[in-house]
Amino acid sequence: MAETKAAVKGNKVALEGNEAVAEAMRQINPDVVAAYPITPSTEIVQTFAQYVADGKVETNFVAVESEHSAMSACLAAAVAGGRVMNATSANGLALMWEILYVVSSLRQPVILTVVNRALSGNINIHCDHSDTMGSRDTGWVQLYAEDVQEAYDNLIQGVCIGETMDVRLPVMSCLDGFILSHSYELLQVQEDEDVQEFVGPYKPDNPMLDIDNPQTYGPLDLYDYYFEHKRSQMEAYPPAKQAIIDQGKRFGEAFGREYGLIEEFMTDDADFIVVAMGSTCGALRDVVEAQRDNGVKAGMLKIRAFRPFPAEEISDALSGASAVAVLDRASSFGAHAGPLYHEITSAQVTYSNIIPTNNYIYGLGGREILPEDLSSVFDDLHEVAEAGQPTEPVSFLGLRE
Amino acid sequence: MAELTEIRFHGRGGQGAKTAGYILAVAAAEEGWNINAFPEYGAERRGAPIRSFVRISDAPIRVRSSVREPDIVVVLDDTLLETQNVTEGMDDSDVLIVNTEKTSDEIREQLANPNVDVFVVNATQVAMDTIGRPIPNTPMLGAMLKAVELVPLQALKNAVDKRLGEKLSKSAIESNYAALDRAYEEATS
Repeated sequence: MAETKAAVKGNKVALEGNEAVAEAMRQINPDVVAAYPITPSTEIVQTFAQYVADGKVETNFVAVESEHSAMSACLAAAVAGGRVMNATSANGLALMWEILYVVSSLRQPVILTVVNRALSGNINIHCDHSDTMGSRDTGWVQLYAEDVQEAYDNLIQGVCIGETMDVRLPVMSCLDGFILSHSYELLQVQEDEDVQEFVGPYKPDNPMLDIDNPQTYGPLDLYDYYFEHKRSQMEAYPPAKQAIIDQGKRFGEAFGREYGLIEEFMTDDADFIVVAMGSTCGALRDVVEAQRDNGVKAGMLKIRAFRPFPAEEISDALSGASAVAVLDRASSFGAHAGPLYHEITSAQVTYSNIIPTNNYIYGLGGREILPEDLSSVFDDLHEVAEAGQPTEPVSFLGLRE
Repeated sequence: MAELTEIRFHGRGGQGAKTAGYILAVAAAEEGWNINAFPEYGAERRGAPIRSFVRISDAPIRVRSSVREPDIVVVLDDTLLETQNVTEGMDDSDVLIVNTEKTSDEIREQLANPNVDVFVVNATQVAMDTIGRPIPNTPMLGAMLKAVELVPLQALKNAVDKRLGEKLSKSAIESNYAALDRAYEEATS
């Protein structure tokens, strides 16, 4: 991916992460946006509302009084047959919780940008993944961006992933609060008509406004059929995985930047692999290259799709390593380790590829992760490989203790 | 210019440290460099010390933590020297530009590392005379160019227009150009 990016340097523009997301929304031109702004995603909603006011999009913008109402209005607009988008963060996402489940259960491809931010308390506006990790079981597809370019690209692909006919699931496009949302970066912004052509017109499935074919959504569904309905919802996730792969390829063919479920960076012959999500993967690339310069066979595995979880692909990608570290930007309180660690070690057991794996929790509430913190993880992995088992169940990076 | 140049702005909330970083980044991007610019957000309030960071490089920029070993430091308010170690992480060959009425020798006496290359300019006066408001960020960018030829002065002007053109009137943009020119002229070591 990095090589392709360098090739298009000539016509890149500099935008803040939130501006880039708003720009993608303008180009997608959804039917309805119902939103309630919250730091650090405020500028997305603010900028988009300006586009609506200036007539640059045809979107109906619904100003609501809370995030619960925002997601409720999104759900209603979606079942009515519209292409619907929204953006939020942290406590805003938490207030949407109840409706998040209903949107995925009713199989509505609502697209939600989540600018990741720590959940209270105490009040903190900075980045960690506690908000979207908490909503990992709501049935939404989750993509995590490494940089502003990917945040822009993921939103466009997210529309196509969610709207794939055998998927029809809502999608969260996640980017790290402030680190990306307020970071000015160079990115390739595609032409409006090319984005329009990529996403295509929306084809609603059984919309309620199709009055010739009346539909019922969200009725009482007790022990006679609820279980079957949940079972049929589960059928949507393997196709969602395939849709992420297919749309990532299609995006690569259209715009020169290809994406997958995961990205392996120098993992082929790696003894030590560090797994991470989001913006931390950028600094990790620098650290992996520095380790390689010192003769250490280091690698990085980036998890782009956390839901559906690419368990088998991750297990395969890690199978040649002698030690692995998983970086979690969230705590799963009361569990023995962080949420990403649980999923990855579970994948190793399920696919019989058990590699000694340490867990590191870092960056809560926006605490900086420094290249030297990441280097220290590779240092630890020498000991993990020698011990043949995790040396610390959970460690913390950048923490005062 | 070196492979990677790292710049740190020290200012107070309301002085435009964030905007200065963005304008510089846009100018460098126009010149074909890779850029990354971001401010440090705390409890946002007018007058509070804030920092913002810019990286300019010929290679893609992947690290996103704050600038700890800056090549260039720009101080928008000299009262910050009383409470902040603005030379933290600077080598002797690095460049410090301060908005002040004082001389560079007087400023050096206030620095933890007095061996850095010090430039001074009264950017607040320049801003008052040209823009009519005590916003020192654009003039300080002009002064910075006097110290280090990071980008052409015209690239900075284009970036001011690009970044502020929608918000400001044409005459206000012209005033910012004048501020850039005058601070460039008046900055001294």
